[in-house]
Amino acid sequence: MKKPEPEVFGAHSRRTFLKSLGTVAVTAAASRAQSVAAELEKVNGEQTVGPGPVPVTLNVNGKPLKLQLEPRVTLLDALRNYSSLTGAKEGCDRAACGACTVLLDNLPIYACQKLAIEAQGHEITTVEGLAKNGRLTKVQEAFVAKDATMCGYCTPGFVMSLTALLQKNPQPSADEVRHACAGNLCRCGTQPRVLEAALQAAGVAAARTTHTEVMDYA
Amino acid sequence: MPSWPSETKYISHDVLRIDAPEKVSGRARYASDIQANGWLYGMILRSKWPAATITKINLEPALKIPGIKAAITVQDGERTIRFYGEELAAVAGATKQACLDALRAIQVEARPKPSFVVNEDIAKAQDAPRVWEDSPNTTTPQVHEHGDVDKAFGECAAVSEGFYTTPVQLHNAMETHGSTVSWTDDGVTAWASTQGIASVRDGLAGALRLDHSRVRAITEYMGGGFGAKFGAGVEGVLAARLSQAAKAPVRLMLTRFDEALAVGNRPSSFQRIKIGAKADGTLHAFQMDNYGTPGIGAGAATAGGGGAEIPAPYIYRVPNVRVKQVGVAVNAGSARAFRAPGRPPASFGIESALDDLATKMGMDPLELRLKNDPSEIRRREYKLGAEKFGWKQKYKKPGGSPGIVKTGVGCGGSEWGGGGSRYTQAEAQINPDGSVELRLGVQDIGTGTRTVIAVVAAEMLGLKPEQITVKVGDTQYPPGPGSGGSTTCASVSPTVYDVCNNALAELQKRTGVADARGDNWFAACKKLGVTPLVVQGKWQDGLSSSGTGGVQFAEVEVDTETGLVTVKKITAVHDCGLIVDKLTAESQINGGIIMGMGYALYEERVMDNLSGVVLNPNFETYKLPNIADVPDIDVILLNMPERGVIGIGEPATIPAAAAIGNAVANALGVRVGSLPITPAKVLAALGKVPKPVASAT
Repeated sequence: MKKPEPEVFGAHSRRTFLKSLGTVAVTAAASRAQSVAAELEKVNGEQTVGPGPVPVTLNVNGKPLKLQLEPRVTLLDALRNYSSLTGAKEGCDRAACGACTVLLDNLPIYACQKLAIEAQGHEITTVEGLAKNGRLTKVQEAFVAKDATMCGYCTPGFVMSLTALLQKNPQPSADEVRHACAGNLCRCGTQPRVLEAALQAAGVAAARTTHTEVMDYA
Repeated sequence: MPSWPSETKYISHDVLRIDAPEKVSGRARYASDIQANGWLYGMILRSKWPAATITKINLEPALKIPGIKAAITVQDGERTIRFYGEELAAVAGATKQACLDALRAIQVEARPKPSFVVNEDIAKAQDAPRVWEDSPNTTTPQVHEHGDVDKAFGECAAVSEGFYTTPVQLHNAMETHGSTVSWTDDGVTAWASTQGIASVRDGLAGALRLDHSRVRAITEYMGGGFGAKFGAGVEGVLAARLSQAAKAPVRLMLTRFDEALAVGNRPSSFQRIKIGAKADGTLHAFQMDNYGTPGIGAGAATAGGGGAEIPAPYIYRVPNVRVKQVGVAVNAGSARAFRAPGRPPASFGIESALDDLATKMGMDPLELRLKNDPSEIRRREYKLGAEKFGWKQKYKKPGGSPGIVKTGVGCGGSEWGGGGSRYTQAEAQINPDGSVELRLGVQDIGTGTRTVIAVVAAEMLGLKPEQITVKVGDTQYPPGPGSGGSTTCASVSPTVYDVCNNALAELQKRTGVADARGDNWFAACKKLGVTPLVVQGKWQDGLSSSGTGGVQFAEVEVDTETGLVTVKKITAVHDCGLIVDKLTAESQINGGIIMGMGYALYEERVMDNLSGVVLNPNFETYKLPNIADVPDIDVILLNMPERGVIGIGEPATIPAAAAIGNAVANALGVRVGSLPITPAKVLAALGKVPKPVASAT
């Protein structure tokens, strides 16, 4: 394997960029100099790792997950392909579909856009970590009750986005639910029922989105 | 003749999807989640040229990448490439990262062809570059004619002419195509993301020259297909060959990028329609010239552009008709079946033409449909839907809505065949502890097939749906059809009916219990002693039928300053015979409407004439409907239990784009005849921005 030249990578590194930025920024924006200097100090203390596998410890669903990963391995790749946690799905691998949504310190993120090494030291929650002792959470129960799953491939992502929303905002409006799910795509068309499930989980009076009645033809 | 029970506890009621708890908890294992022992990652190298002769592929550099276990070409020797993204080679390695490095390392030598064509209008020209060397880009025109069309137009009180176009639409199921394949001395096992496990088994067996009995396909869960996931696919065969070469299971899932290139799409349509009616509104003459592209062809048999034809005048019966259609081959990936093949474009064309005719005649477009729709059921649905929707209150003459943000309403109808497969079989195992296992070689693609099986079995056996263990998605179970054509529900329901009846009869024979259903169940099963009862069943006539339809009404707001269309409400009335599970049937209709909305407003594969590449092979630029786009949806299910079970997946998506398109035209007072109805097209129709330059010029 032809390994990339370290000098080439160094030339474009965040460290070099910040160093050059630092001299300009200090003169151009005195008020921000402090933070740039602090950031500089931080990156100067960082060790360059890789490109070969390095030990990585992730805290997933309250348990340490010890792996050997190349630094370019994403959190999603680490979960799905280096452990058995396949609940987070890969739909696009480029931050557009939300099927890979997990919680990082209770904030929803796209696991495909976070390097596994960057996720160290954070609490990661995947869809597998929600149910305690096999008991589904309110959000999960509402998804079952409202038939908010069809093929179900996007479902873990929606469940994680809404879990994060209800932690922050236990009584969201319909529009707040829509906003929280803006980063999740579904192709089967479960969206109306995802909305209903979210409102049911929050105990908020259901905004009417779909309504069905059966009429006899005869 | 068998018949469904008239009083039901589960059939036609809301029954929760039995596998939903697996899906919401991440326990459901999709094809892309399979981690077979010692599995390797697989990836495909694709052509960067839209047309080329590949002369040499050097895999050696790829095999030197640490972690790479196998590298293969799709085909040895020189070969012709006809579209950007056609498969060239594949690698298997211990990690995705190793595979990415290996794909970059493969050396491909090619003679790119100086000319190629990705645009329908350019491809139609006599001197256009040929996609297939030995045949022209256009098919022999398919002509259908009855009556005397030219004379009939002279007899019409009003004639309307229009040009209605629909784009190439991509399936874009959330889970990409692919599988994990293990090829050992014992045979081949494929865990595939498929709509047809049998088609995967047969396809792999054919490509690998193995007996069907040596190949097994398994699909426990899969993330959507919409018509694009039948057969083994090039990627499935490559995964198998990689597995053989690497002596390990290989998981080869396509990337989202790949999905836009080589695994199917809905053909485009360019419909020039002339339609005329008598003074009372009766349709009298219809003429259509249509062309569209299925890429290089909808399969090898249709090389040269076949597969883009649509039914016309679709649901209407007109005494004088002339229809001429040609398929146009371009250098792009082949079309495949896509949820109600041919119908959404057909519906958009004819329903748009009908509304334009109504405008010309000063007629309410709903009245024009009630006058001309030959289906009594659909006319009834129009009346029910109109009342629910408030058509009378909401309908204004085209362009009659005041202000900057204008509202409009429109409607359209659908028709679909469906019907069950008479070769469907099932096996039931009744255990002495009373537990029940049903085994069918079908697959649940997200439509609720597992749940439908449990609902029917619970009804027949007097048990609860959650007491039924449903095993599907394995070619080792009794054979069943692929999930296409809205046929699965009508295939499995009569089959489960039969196997349960057989189980009850056999149980009576073995135990002497006259009626083992309900409260007697556990006592009867206990009498089986230590040997479970295993019985077979097959599809029975008289419990299902085909031929279904529906109508949809749309209300939209159009901002005449920005051109943005917002769908406010859809009212849908559909008949699907005997409703099996009301909850999952509604979900199918919601899904059909939302997919139709994407077709109406957002979705279009865009190709670059100069480079021949797909410009929007991702979700940032190929837009799907988002939760905030989804309108209020009212569904009326017209219950017709006497007709038996009929599928609903496809009819539900057909008329949505037509209804939305008509609502936009009603709001604006001018027609946007081209899907998707983007803000740019709305503003161009209003004369606020220049019309887009025709792609051919």
